Amino acid sequence: MYALHDVMGQDAFFLWHKDESLRGADCVVLPGGFSYGDYLRCGAIARFSPIMKSVARFAGDGGFVVGICNGFQVLCEAHLLPGALRPNRTLSFICERVYVRVDNAATPFTCAARQGDLLKLPIKHGEGLYVAPEAELRQMEERGQVILRYVDADGVEAETANLNGSTRAIAGVANQRFNVFGLMPHPEHAVEPMLGGEDGLTLFRSILASVG
Amino acid sequence: MQVKVFVTPRGGILDPQGKAVEHALKSLGFKGVAGVRIGKYIVLDIDAASADEARAAAQKMCEQLLANPIIEDFRFEVA
Repeated sequence: MYALHDVMGQDAFFLWHKDESLRGADCVVLPGGFSYGDYLRCGAIARFSPIMKSVARFAGDGGFVVGICNGFQVLCEAHLLPGALRPNRTLSFICERVYVRVDNAATPFTCAARQGDLLKLPIKHGEGLYVAPEAELRQMEERGQVILRYVDADGVEAETANLNGSTRAIAGVANQRFNVFGLMPHPEHAVEPMLGGEDGLTLFRSILASVG
Repeated sequence: MQVKVFVTPRGGILDPQGKAVEHALKSLGFKGVAGVRIGKYIVLDIDAASADEARAAAQKMCEQLLANPIIEDFRFEVA
């Protein structure tokens, strides 16, 4: 909210999970958090919130949907994105600033970046290890659905740069239609110097350009 | 009718918890331990006219909520 409304000056508003109207939003953002205490599986219960019926319909009609952290988990549970998020390889909650590389800049969520750009974004999660069936992963790679990958400061994939152990260092993915995007890092926590960086703005600028 | 659901991580999916427990067991001196996987045990009561009806309901519950087919397998017992 702060990123979109205060920093970027957009008409951003909250939607209540029990409501069904998206109130004409051009883009729906599912935020991070710990919906339902992460009980059963992260996002497993929240995906059945009444509002999710409208979000699914909106996504089916081509509307832009972004899921950040727990939001990403909800989108995977709701099958609006492929794959699932598992507990971090270290079995610990990780709170760090990491680099992600834009591996597909030709999407509505990354068009303000260039292919290969590095974004420094904070991650704060206990279950960010992305998995998907091997055959599906191969197809996703071919189609360019892997949008962001964890890398080191030089833009190179390395075990030490992939803190949660995500398959193929995957940090963010899109659906086949490229209108739904999920990522574990928090771009909304990197929108001004006081927060430690502004690289998150690149993703929001991309969305604004695509929606406009 | 009581239903017992067993949800386990799919083979082939990395199970860090299972691995951690496996290492712990080995550190305790247990030999020949492998393939530790940690799952969930869910118990619930279903109001059903028959065991078949309870089974059908349990199947749907597992498919929709109790297990994520991408990462988990499930089986259940109806008492």
